[in-house]
Amino acid sequence: MATEKIEILDTDGVNRALTRIAHEILEKNKGVEKLAIIGIRTGGAHVAAQLTEKIREIEGEGVSHGTIDVTMYRDDLGARSNLAVGHTDIQFPLKDCKVVLVDDVLFTGRTIRAAMDAIMDIGRPDSIQLAIMVDRGHRELPIRPDYIGRNLPTARNEQIEVEFNDQNKAMAIHLFRA
Amino acid sequence: MKTLIKNGRVIDPANKIDSVCDVLIDSGVITEVGVNITANADETIDATGLLITPGLIDLHTHLRDPGQEYKEDIISGTRAAAAGGVTSLTCMPNTTPVNDCLAITKYIISRAKEEGSANVFPIASISKGMKGEILSEMGELKAGGCVGFSDDGVPVVSGELMRRAFEYADTFDMPILTHAEDLTLVAGGSMNDGPVATELGLKGIPWVAEDAATSREIMLAEFTGGRLHVCHVSTKGSVDLVRQGKARGVRVTCEATPHHFTLTDEAVRGYNTNAKMNPPLRSQEDVDAVRAGLADGTIDAIATDHAPHHYDEKNVEFAVAMNGIVGLESMLPLSLNLVEEGVITLNQAISLLTSQPAQIIGIDRGTLGVGAIADIALIDPALEWEFKAENLQSKSKNTPFSGWKMKGAAVKTILAGKTVYSR
Amino acid sequence: MSFNPKHILGIKNLTADEINFILDTADSFKEINTRQIKKVPTLRGKTIVNLFFEASTRTRTSFEIAGKRLSADTVNISASSSSVVKGETLEDTAQNIEAMHPDIIVMRHSASGACDYLAERLNCSIVNAGDGTHEHPSQALLDAFTIRQHKGDIKGLTVTIAGDVAHSRVVRSNIHCLNKLGANVRITGPKTMLPPGLEKLGCEVFSNLNDAITGADCIMMLRIQHERQGKTLIPSLREYSRFFGLNDENLKLAKKDAIVLHPGPINRGVELSSSVADGKQNVILDQVENGVAVRMALLYLVAGGEKLQDE
Repeated sequence: MATEKIEILDTDGVNRALTRIAHEILEKNKGVEKLAIIGIRTGGAHVAAQLTEKIREIEGEGVSHGTIDVTMYRDDLGARSNLAVGHTDIQFPLKDCKVVLVDDVLFTGRTIRAAMDAIMDIGRPDSIQLAIMVDRGHRELPIRPDYIGRNLPTARNEQIEVEFNDQNKAMAIHLFRA
Repeated sequence: MKTLIKNGRVIDPANKIDSVCDVLIDSGVITEVGVNITANADETIDATGLLITPGLIDLHTHLRDPGQEYKEDIISGTRAAAAGGVTSLTCMPNTTPVNDCLAITKYIISRAKEEGSANVFPIASISKGMKGEILSEMGELKAGGCVGFSDDGVPVVSGELMRRAFEYADTFDMPILTHAEDLTLVAGGSMNDGPVATELGLKGIPWVAEDAATSREIMLAEFTGGRLHVCHVSTKGSVDLVRQGKARGVRVTCEATPHHFTLTDEAVRGYNTNAKMNPPLRSQEDVDAVRAGLADGTIDAIATDHAPHHYDEKNVEFAVAMNGIVGLESMLPLSLNLVEEGVITLNQAISLLTSQPAQIIGIDRGTLGVGAIADIALIDPALEWEFKAENLQSKSKNTPFSGWKMKGAAVKTILAGKTVYSR
Repeated sequence: MSFNPKHILGIKNLTADEINFILDTADSFKEINTRQIKKVPTLRGKTIVNLFFEASTRTRTSFEIAGKRLSADTVNISASSSSVVKGETLEDTAQNIEAMHPDIIVMRHSASGACDYLAERLNCSIVNAGDGTHEHPSQALLDAFTIRQHKGDIKGLTVTIAGDVAHSRVVRSNIHCLNKLGANVRITGPKTMLPPGLEKLGCEVFSNLNDAITGADCIMMLRIQHERQGKTLIPSLREYSRFFGLNDENLKLAKKDAIVLHPGPINRGVELSSSVADGKQNVILDQVENGVAVRMALLYLVAGGEKLQDE
């Protein structure tokens, strides 16, 4: 059966959403002080890098940026084949930080749960906020994003994919319907 | 009671017969061998397509009786023999207690006569208790029915004792059968020394442990003029030493086992304890040398070294597993395989399995001559079958050949005119 | 790629890709060991039994720490190796432990093949922590990890292994591992300690230490067991040290940036002079540190992943 591919956001749309999220983050946190952008590998890490860049453009100053791998914190080990464990790279103390956790697609919320546990094991931030490119619904845990690129109600069997280019920049978002 | 076996290919190496004919048995004795025998037989067996050979003779088994009946006993061991076409066998003296006295010898012989399915010829120990210290009472043991002397498995270390053993045994015209192995060179090894042992991390038994001992025994036989039979030669060097000894006129014979001419030490991979035996499985070069020795007549007999062990004794770490495998029921097809592969002729195979071993221990078997006791194997050389450990008659199932596709089997084994096995 | 081993019994049956996958996984776990809270919940609820039939402090401790840092429950059992004497076979002992439903048995045993033996008979995963003189896969992997850390790619490196090769399970695993990763493996030691057929395993064999280490990138010195002295293999440790010990002088024959490895525990003044043992070229403590990460990776890979259904 052919899979239907529907474009949700094009490159300009992605860009505008990221710019908006960057502004919202800065507004809510009143600047970059103690702010840390942490992306969840691998898609979220790419988006986080773009957000960090946006914030630098807007504020003219850099912001702490890291990536986190949640494989070791997943709750479904043994239910599927082994995933490669990626590197966690957070080169700054998390104590008192206002962490913005970034992922590309928010679905069940389990990855975010794992990411929060992973962050807590590394240090004790002041707060954790959540930024998401696409929220597709179907939450299984009480998790709510603070910043959303696009709200998109989906059916469970549909797929959302963020398309990245060679430089790991988000170029478009597509929905796949069987 | 008369039995007529018709239309089989009679192979009787002792009488240089190889032709399709009939064999008539009367009261357990062969009375006629010829074409189109007409006689009023009580039983007629159609042997078309089958080989009619003397019952096979195995010079090397361990029946474990008395003392280790949980592994094997005389009844189960001789039943295994019958299933393998073997009608006569020798049994080694490493029983509990050791067969070093008349009482044990008599027990073995009488039990075999009463309840066995094959003729059992005991080998008594060279030294009392196989301790390598005092000679056994060889004269009396011979009178009781023993056919040779061996401290199989526990080689006599002392050169002096071995010298005297050759001399004393020869006094009674008896052979010494040796398990040739320099134990100081074995030094705790558990498989053949070589690349496979290195890779598996198992301590190796080098070929020189066998060759050095074989060499000493041949020289002692040469020196004393005694008769030596070297058991289970497994190395190229041993075969060469026997060949050279024979050329010098030393009274030496030797045997090889089916596993030593069939398998190499590669079979140990996976820590297969059913590939653990002593002497160990050797390299391809050694296997080739053993085959060459069989082909050129250096090796006089095929013998099994049938060594039953209980499952628990093999279901352990390789280094502590017992040595040995059962062999009575796989000897014939593995020997016929040498014929199939063109290593030896069919007549050679039958004589290695019958007349030649009979001659080594001096028994009146291994022939189909008129007047001979009717120990006969009817062999279907074309029968293809799967060898399965669980189907063995032996009490123990320790074989590396389980699951092998075999060709050739005894379909009927006749002991003194009586059928003791039918397939 | 994905790699879902049921057991880790040896290096022999691993591919280069699988070895690299393990090393990459270990690389990710290494970071945890430097955190303030050195624990992740990955193997929460899993039970790991360290079943040691042979005394071992460092390997057992390393596996224990690895299991604990992954939040597994680890239990140490020291068992007697002489099963025959006890009347209880290895299978009996292991079945008793399996009845308590561990997920992984990490096993050390004095008999070569003991881990393969148990893997055939039990349902839980077996990780070989050294069997007789057969294999010691976690040691070879941590050695490769350490070499990779210092030298980058292992391919094309010359690695010299020196000492009592005959009695070393570390060597066998290392030969397989280094060969698969494309290194040139040289072996040296007194001929009494070199078993036959090493060339067939893919090594170049030297009987002179100096020849073997000339131009080497890595030198792995093996521990010489004190109890071997004065028996049939070597006359004395003194003589061994003179001809097969690594010191400042002969170390100069290796490449300038060569590293020195040792599976430990070292014999100062025997296979390593004190100056080499304390020198900047030795990476022995890196090996110990990396051992925890490598063992975390092994436990993670064995515990996780959908396993093929057992027969």
